[in-house]
Amino acid sequence: MNLKEWIFTTDHKRVGILYLIGSIAAFGVAGIMALLMRAELSAIGPTVTADPTTYNVWLYAHGAIMILGFQIPALTGFFANYCIPLMIGAKDVAFPRVNALSVWLFYVGVILALLTFFIPDPPDVLWTGYPPYSTITAGNTALYSFTVLILGFASIIGGVNFLTTVAFMRAPGLTWGKLNIFVWCILGAFVMQLIFVPVLGSAVTLISFDKYLGTHFFDPAMGGDVLTYQNLFWFYSHPAVYVIFLPFIGVVFEIIATFARNPVFNYKAAVYGGIGGIVLISGEVWIHHLYVSGMPDWLRIGQMVSTLLISVPVGLLVISLVGTLYKGAISFETPMLYALGVVFLFLIGGLTGIPLAITALTVNLSETYYVVGHFHYVMAVAGTFAIFGGVYYWFPKMSGRMYNELWGKIGFWITFVGVNIVFWTMMDIGARIGLPRRYYDYAQFPEAAGAQHLMTVGAVILGVGFVIALLNWIIGAARGPKAGDNPWGSPSLEWSTVSPPPHGNWPSPPSVGEDWSPYAHGRR
Amino acid sequence: MREFKKTAGALLALAAAGPALAEKTIPTATRVVDPAAGWDHLWREVLIDITVIGIIFALVTAYLIWKYRRRPGNEQGNAPRLSAAAAVGWVLIPTFVFMADDFYLAANGWQLWNTFREVPADRLEVRLESGMYSWDYTYPNGVQTQNELKVPAGKPVLLRMTSRDTLHSHYIPDFRVKEDSMPGRVTYLWFYPQQPGTHVVTCTEYCGVMHSYMAGHVVVLPPAEYQAWYEAEGAKVEKAAAPAETVTKTPA
Repeated sequence: MNLKEWIFTTDHKRVGILYLIGSIAAFGVAGIMALLMRAELSAIGPTVTADPTTYNVWLYAHGAIMILGFQIPALTGFFANYCIPLMIGAKDVAFPRVNALSVWLFYVGVILALLTFFIPDPPDVLWTGYPPYSTITAGNTALYSFTVLILGFASIIGGVNFLTTVAFMRAPGLTWGKLNIFVWCILGAFVMQLIFVPVLGSAVTLISFDKYLGTHFFDPAMGGDVLTYQNLFWFYSHPAVYVIFLPFIGVVFEIIATFARNPVFNYKAAVYGGIGGIVLISGEVWIHHLYVSGMPDWLRIGQMVSTLLISVPVGLLVISLVGTLYKGAISFETPMLYALGVVFLFLIGGLTGIPLAITALTVNLSETYYVVGHFHYVMAVAGTFAIFGGVYYWFPKMSGRMYNELWGKIGFWITFVGVNIVFWTMMDIGARIGLPRRYYDYAQFPEAAGAQHLMTVGAVILGVGFVIALLNWIIGAARGPKAGDNPWGSPSLEWSTVSPPPHGNWPSPPSVGEDWSPYAHGRR
Repeated sequence: MREFKKTAGALLALAAAGPALAEKTIPTATRVVDPAAGWDHLWREVLIDITVIGIIFALVTAYLIWKYRRRPGNEQGNAPRLSAAAAVGWVLIPTFVFMADDFYLAANGWQLWNTFREVPADRLEVRLESGMYSWDYTYPNGVQTQNELKVPAGKPVLLRMTSRDTLHSHYIPDFRVKEDSMPGRVTYLWFYPQQPGTHVVTCTEYCGVMHSYMAGHVVVLPPAEYQAWYEAEGAKVEKAAAPAETVTKTPA
């Protein structure tokens, strides 16, 4: 009876939790892929598998599932679903049944992605799927295309839903200037999803047409062009980085404001300058993924400038984050540790991105471990830390119970040490010896062996930390002490209802006064 | 107007594969500057830049975290309300500082980029066709080598590259240079070997199952030794080509 209720639910909170369960499962699978790859690379020559194709399938699965199956659904599926109606004082989203459709599609997409491990000739085209290789490989490119299309479609209908919800279902008195930063971040992310996902959809559709239906969009022998695909792909996939970045920094804003008991520093600068600026520039920087791909020189130089200018909105957001600490009353529960961890990791990741914005430096750095280290810091690890911190933060609201604080902190520190061992080492060997990424073996770089071994050890450490966090949630949800409705003392609306909130969220719709703000911590 | 035509032409080249096949003229450098040395210099400069910014941000954050920790007597946040002027200042001043740094880095980066793209006129020109999974070089006199590029010390080397199957990227870590090669287009890169020695060449664009094994070497020889090898190999090519010509003539 219970399972059926969950599957056919239209309650935004249950849809959100379904998104969370699915995306954490995807995270586990993709994480195991990462550990398998690290084990393979721990020494020169074949170690875990003697077949490079097996390694390439792990590489594909790790990238595609982490991005499309874990980070985007966890941030724009789980957090948006669970928090947005509660934050704006709505009973539910605007189109609850469309919402249920989107989570079903998400599960179809995840199941498609997991089929990778059960079919003969699984896709080995990386998460980028560049032709000509993707159109001539024995691997199943169609599975890749359909996975991307289904997950993209789930995200688009989610986007329509949330833009409508925030526009029309805010509580009386809750003006645009009083929205939580997280709500603005989700709006920005979904505006980008609506603009850019169709471009990715067309790109992956065209490679399947080329491979299975005999078209020649990317075949130069018949008048096509291989570079067109890379342009289409990154025209979506760079904004996708901000689709991940904005919601995760929004989560961090909520946590830091609550645990510093302060309003967000320079709110309007963060919203209009930071979030607005990123949405505005996001579509003009994709060439920095193609700096050494044979694009015209003038385009490479032009987008070097636009890429460097991303530092302005990102800098404004970081200043707002750090400024929120000023004259605060900061306490360090687990969610805050993760949030401050994100600030630190994002600082390293963001700054190490500056060399990668400079066209002339990428002729050495691009496609090396330096790039892998950089984007794991800035997006993968920072994003995952924000997701874990956010789950800890809203855990008492979702379950009505409290997780174990001590084990939460232990898990955080283990993970934090692990990620820095892995990804700092990665940037170091990438910049110092130019070790290329996506390598099954690295016999031509014997000097990398020690660093590779160290990273494998680090990967095991960070894996242990994540497992501790997952166990902490499961045990906390089942047996934790009752948490109360507002354990952190936040004035934000989601904490004003009971934990866990009932269907419909409030007995009667809330309204807010003139001097209310989600960050007005017991003052004025 | 000419600028506009150039831009429009480039846009057309972007849209259609046909014009891209025609080899673009490669800009010529007026003097020989080693791009690898320029890379090392700019890299150091940018590392200092980002380290300073990072340390400032980290110290400020660490100080705030320590100073405003929650303790008896500091139970509630007490941030002052920003005046309109302060709010605008906190946007304009950081924006100005960040943009100044951005444009400074962009100017330096552009200059180095020109070094990477403008090739000295006195150079050795070699054609490269990449394929799964080898690097095939063709010298001006018809000599062909595989996975080994022999070059003389002290002379800039220009590679004009294309591919016969998937994407590849010819990367020489010691010379700090890579560029993709692909079917249907001709791309180029150049480097400046100055001392005799051997350098790894490796593929940095995922090209298929054996991607990580697609490696070779650049062998930099003393000029005299290179010349001797080049001429000896060239003679072999001529000898091989001579009878082939008579054969092709017979059926006609």
